[in-house]
Amino acid sequence: MAIENYIRKRFFPHIWCPGCGHGTVLNALLRALEQLGLSKNEIVMVSGIGCSARISGYVDVHTLHTLHGRALAFATGVKLSRPELTILVPMGDGDALAIGGNHFLHAARRNIDITAIILNNRIYGMTGGQFSPLSGCGIQATTAPYSTIDHAFDVVELSRAAGASFVARTTTFHVRELEKMLVQAIRHRGFSVVEVLSQCPTHFGRRNKEGSAVDMLKKLQSKTVPLNSRKLELDPSLVPRGVFVDQDKPEYCELYDDMVARSRVEVEEQGQPVGADARKEV
Amino acid sequence: MSERTLFVHGNQACVEGALYAGVSFYAGYPITPSSEIAEEMSVRLPANGGRFIQMEDEISSMCAIIGASLTGRKVMTATSGPGFSLMQEALGYAIMAEIPCVIVNVMRGGPSTGLPTQGSQGDVNQARWGTHGDHAIIALTASTHQALFEATVRAFNLAETYRSPVIVLYDELLAHMRERLTLPEPGDLPLVERLRTFVPGGVDYRPYLARSDGRLPMSDFGGVHRYNVTGLYHDMWGFPSTDPVTVNDLLHHLHDKIVVRTGELESHREYALEDADTVLISYGTPARSAMQVARKGRDSGHRVGVLELETLWPFPGQLVRDVCEKARIVIVVEMNMGQIRDQVRAAVRAPERVFLANRVDGEFIKPKDIGTVIRLVDGHGV
Repeated sequence: MAIENYIRKRFFPHIWCPGCGHGTVLNALLRALEQLGLSKNEIVMVSGIGCSARISGYVDVHTLHTLHGRALAFATGVKLSRPELTILVPMGDGDALAIGGNHFLHAARRNIDITAIILNNRIYGMTGGQFSPLSGCGIQATTAPYSTIDHAFDVVELSRAAGASFVARTTTFHVRELEKMLVQAIRHRGFSVVEVLSQCPTHFGRRNKEGSAVDMLKKLQSKTVPLNSRKLELDPSLVPRGVFVDQDKPEYCELYDDMVARSRVEVEEQGQPVGADARKEV
Repeated sequence: MSERTLFVHGNQACVEGALYAGVSFYAGYPITPSSEIAEEMSVRLPANGGRFIQMEDEISSMCAIIGASLTGRKVMTATSGPGFSLMQEALGYAIMAEIPCVIVNVMRGGPSTGLPTQGSQGDVNQARWGTHGDHAIIALTASTHQALFEATVRAFNLAETYRSPVIVLYDELLAHMRERLTLPEPGDLPLVERLRTFVPGGVDYRPYLARSDGRLPMSDFGGVHRYNVTGLYHDMWGFPSTDPVTVNDLLHHLHDKIVVRTGELESHREYALEDADTVLISYGTPARSAMQVARKGRDSGHRVGVLELETLWPFPGQLVRDVCEKARIVIVVEMNMGQIRDQVRAAVRAPERVFLANRVDGEFIKPKDIGTVIRLVDGHGV
């Protein structure tokens, strides 16, 4: 299927600012879907609120545009109900790790088969340039006129610790790599996280004197290096890209099916499941 | 008969009602005094092909059932005050996106952590106005286990019929009291199943275009129709819109689909109202005491009657007005500071005749408590 068949053409041009990285992520995602050859009816995209969440409106799959931070919780309901569906959840900084942080941790802990794509532009774009939990220290934002004093999460380390079984990071500069990682992440059975360092020239770039979108992309190129590379060894201050976790680990819906099978055995052997004895019959 | 008569607590009666109605997805977070619902669901649902998940909080529980409902399942969550507060955001989403779902709130004393193990009816107004923005909601209640079973079945039916969240509100006393519950045979109570579109794949399906009877046929996520669901104001395809006509029409639709059907949604029980000069209006376990007061009053020649409300929202104002028309005094019996009393006052012709018999100390309202208020109002002293 040609990639334009995956989009809802009537909603273009999109709402993102000129130079925004989100369109690049959408593009890579569409190419990944095309490569995977998934039928549109098998895909559910769930998103929250923010610039990143608007991706769902443009993709011609089942789309659920939900509440700020809650996309993974809605997605968990969809997935557990219909495990055969492919669930994609694009999220921004706030969606994933501020208001939605707890849902993120628990979705990762369950290792439920959902692909979480974190579009990390280190700023709240839609509300006008406030800092995010991924901004880090020393950043100018509309709610940090004296620059931020908040430390940033490391998405990769956080995801790993929380139990995600696939964790990768790349940038909007490395589009081929991004496409490849998305294919891997969607194929992976379990909770997959792809962190995409993205640029917001309108709010982050302008306030932090990072120049144009092209300048910001160049910075994403120069400040990131492949994982396990010689360059990273020589300069550990650079940000590593690559697949950090790719683990074979029991997936939540599969474990659920196992539990159902076990409960049936229990019913057969004991006549009723454990716990049902609380019911007293007259 | 003996096989189908159970001796159970109220939370179990609620679960039995939900299972009878066909619930197949439950997401929840433990909270007193509703936890037995989650526990029982965790036993029963996996065994019957359903899905049970314990989420990380009540926010995600509400979100998860909405997601599951969109795939075509009958869904439910249960909680109590603090958890119900957390659910309000997603409850509004379910109202806006018109997602059938049932939310059970076993009421304990509030505000805040309040009285976790004791009864209250303090969440009546929260059920109505807890989520932000103009909206309408359906909330049902019950005073016995049999009635709770039926209210739960009805909640699922109404959720499917009106594509709306439906709240089942009952107090901790009912939740933890044990009494007889007779399970109806399949088919004894009518069940409303999901109305699905018959529009074939490839043909333009409009998820938010109502049929002539007002119902909106759904299409399961994962099916042949790919549409959008959003909490934003949206057009008939589900895509965001700020067009004033679209916005205005949608809010009127969300409001009217419930409010203009107040009469149909209304459900109540009554006792000796025909000639009553003293009308007791109550709901939940306090209605049991009100009933006893009325019976004893009748035995000693007093003209006391009871109106027991089983639909709290939309509030049946016309019914209350009619019932109270000839009453000398109206006493609202409830476990809060007068949340339904205020509704009754707004509904009747003579609000100065409406009084409150309440307890807000976590204790059951006894017949004596109601009797005391009647004596005071009548000028007989205590």
